Amino acid sequence: MKIKQGSTWRDVPEGGHVLEPGTSAEYETGSWRSQRPKFDPSICIQCMSCWLFCPDMSIKLDADGKVAGVDYRFCKGCGLCARVCPANPKKGGAHALTMEVETEGGKR
Amino acid sequence: MTTAVAGTRKARRVSLTGNDAAAEALRQVNPDIAAVFPITPQTELMHKFAEFVANGKVNTDLVNVESEHSALSAVIGASAAGARAVTATSSAGFALMWELLTVTSGLRLPVVMCVVNRALSAPLNIHCDHSDTMGARDSGWIQLFCEDSQEVYDTTIMAFRIAEHKDLRLPVMVNFDGFIISHTMEVVDILEDADVKAFVGEYKPEHHLLNPDEPILVGPVDLPDWLFEHKRANIEATGRAPRVIREVMGEFGRLSGRSYDLIETYRASDAELVLVALGSTAGTAKEAADELREKGVPAGVIKVRSFRPFPGREIWEAMPKAKVVGVLDRSIAFGLGGGPVFHEVRSFGYEIGARVPVVSYVYGIGGRDINTDHIVGAFEDLQKIAATGQLGERYRYLNLRD
Repeated sequence: MKIKQGSTWRDVPEGGHVLEPGTSAEYETGSWRSQRPKFDPSICIQCMSCWLFCPDMSIKLDADGKVAGVDYRFCKGCGLCARVCPANPKKGGAHALTMEVETEGGKR
Repeated sequence: MTTAVAGTRKARRVSLTGNDAAAEALRQVNPDIAAVFPITPQTELMHKFAEFVANGKVNTDLVNVESEHSALSAVIGASAAGARAVTATSSAGFALMWELLTVTSGLRLPVVMCVVNRALSAPLNIHCDHSDTMGARDSGWIQLFCEDSQEVYDTTIMAFRIAEHKDLRLPVMVNFDGFIISHTMEVVDILEDADVKAFVGEYKPEHHLLNPDEPILVGPVDLPDWLFEHKRANIEATGRAPRVIREVMGEFGRLSGRSYDLIETYRASDAELVLVALGSTAGTAKEAADELREKGVPAGVIKVRSFRPFPGREIWEAMPKAKVVGVLDRSIAFGLGGGPVFHEVRSFGYEIGARVPVVSYVYGIGGRDINTDHIVGAFEDLQKIAATGQLGERYRYLNLRD
């Protein structure tokens, strides 16, 4: 039994059990953010630290497995990616990932 | 000694305390997990059961935990993992379980718990009253009450079938009076092990955490968007409880020859003066009713066996001739007057349009004695009210220094 638009108390699984795996992929948590990670691919050295550290699998990879940005549907704005993002000496010590105040109300 | 009980299966007749009777039932049910912490007057129950575990009479894993909070937590985990899980407690131990009570019912885990009723502190008291379990009357558990050791044995067995029923899957408390039942030796008819085993059957949970073919999550966060709906679904399940309890009791009756229902009525159908009671005091009240009947007083008793779900309609329908009703409460509803059973009975009277005065008697707090004389006194109060039409004090006490 799956909760969807229009479901009522009659449709909820007993005890609130979640009976299917992987349902968090359908549950958008991107509206919780107060800060938004901003990704600049021209600074990124592909160290993959952000991908490794992100607690919510919100770092998007492209077809070649390279960091391609942030999945704003799930990112809660914890800032870990920006914290572990190393300075790039070739870009004047800039970071590929930086946190900004979220002003777009969780838009993707 | 082996005797055949009327019309049914072979039974052994033995002398057991209430605690021993519950332990004997648990031995025959052979649950997967028991997690317990000792507390008077429950201690002997699990002490006895621990002997069965140590002597290899059961396959149960007995987990000795560091508190009752942990006992129920362990049982919740075991139950979610698909085990048939039990615990037992009393009084302060029960109070310490409080947080987990609603977790158990909210997760729809069919846990069975024997509650050997004892007063709550302070001042400190180890003797019987119902303050412990009554604090949990809205916790979502089924609450059954026993009058004697036989009922403790029978109810403990039935509790598993009730809790695990597919239409219910709700935890069940088997309540019995501390010391008065738990430590009193009585004659109990014990069913054959094989009959009990067949009656409770193998526990097959529909979903559980240890099934690799169906990964599930138990106990997710449920914010304002869905908790209300989940609780409403629990109301619906609890609403099915009276039917389920009756089905199980009916089946057990056919096995044991002992018939049970949500309530037990005693000389109530033509009684003008009716007392409603829970637990061991119901037996005393029946004795008092007999005494009065011999003198021509139309006294009757209704014993409430299932407090949750509360059979309010059944209670009122069982006493159609009642002119005055007294309700005996072994606990106190502070700030409200009387006790919880009184309030439920009176409230249902309003619902069915009964125009019958209802009087509250709080009694037996902290194990204060209650005998037939006290109950005859209560019946005489009811008689006076019926004769004069004057209710007088609605909130009364039995055997209180006043």
